[in-house]
Amino acid sequence: MNEEKRSVAGFKTYVIVWLCLLLLTVLTVAVSGMKMGASGSLTSVVIATIKASLILLFFMHLKYERFLITAMLLLTVMTIAVIIGLTFFDVWYRY
Amino acid sequence: MNKENIVEEKHDYHGSKMGMWMFLFTELLLFTGLFLLYSRFRSRYSMEFHAASTELNKTIGILNTAILLTSSLTMALSINAIKEGKKNLSIMFQRLTIFLALFFLVNKYFEWSSKIHHGIYPNSPELLERGNGKTIFFGLYYLLTGIHGLHVIAGIILIAIMMLLTKKDLINKEAFIKLENTGLYWHLVDIIWVYLFPVFYLIS
Repeated sequence: MNEEKRSVAGFKTYVIVWLCLLLLTVLTVAVSGMKMGASGSLTSVVIATIKASLILLFFMHLKYERFLITAMLLLTVMTIAVIIGLTFFDVWYRY
Repeated sequence: MNKENIVEEKHDYHGSKMGMWMFLFTELLLFTGLFLLYSRFRSRYSMEFHAASTELNKTIGILNTAILLTSSLTMALSINAIKEGKKNLSIMFQRLTIFLALFFLVNKYFEWSSKIHHGIYPNSPELLERGNGKTIFFGLYYLLTGIHGLHVIAGIILIAIMMLLTKKDLINKEAFIKLENTGLYWHLVDIIWVYLFPVFYLIS
């Protein structure tokens, strides 16, 4: 049985995404060198999430897949946010 | 042809893919536990984590990030190639991906051995002297990059198997889900590193 031929990203798209990822890496390093205090670590995580999203959408074809997989991923991410987030409701008020 | 001997094989492209995504979600939850440990102790020892982070080699970290991002590119290109029936091109990209992954591991080896040589390893007397914050930072460093490294090794073995299957035409223009799923796994390994890098090397 033939695997379904779906529209997928081409060579050009992949290379552009790769260049964006490298640029974002440079940006992360640059930002970490600047004095930002507490928001510095948040910025790093935000940039990392943008990179992860690019990898997910294009390299992992999420942009071209049916929404069910994205929905399941979002559910997983929310679970992770709850696990880490709710822990801090405890941790922050301990000391 | 003897009709009783015909066996219907089940090829379920979408089911296969879903299965792989499910597995990836469990991997995400595995690393969530590890990042949870990290984030709790970072909030507790933020000064010590910042100081300990400067002891890691940022250049190797940046290089390793670039290596893994490029390996994701070559992995995606290998799948595109086989979808177009370009067997040798696909094998070349798979080989390139393995090479980049090995390069990553070699860098890790140099990083770890340099630290161990300086007496920084879990439960080392030198590390324990430096206080809780730094001890925990390096403990987490070895734990997270170690488990990630194991995933890289597993990925290399998987891709090597896919190379063999592609050579034997068992992965081809009509049937490539094994390679695609291996690609999905490899991209996840990359994504995990994308988070590991700033979290250990770039604490501002």
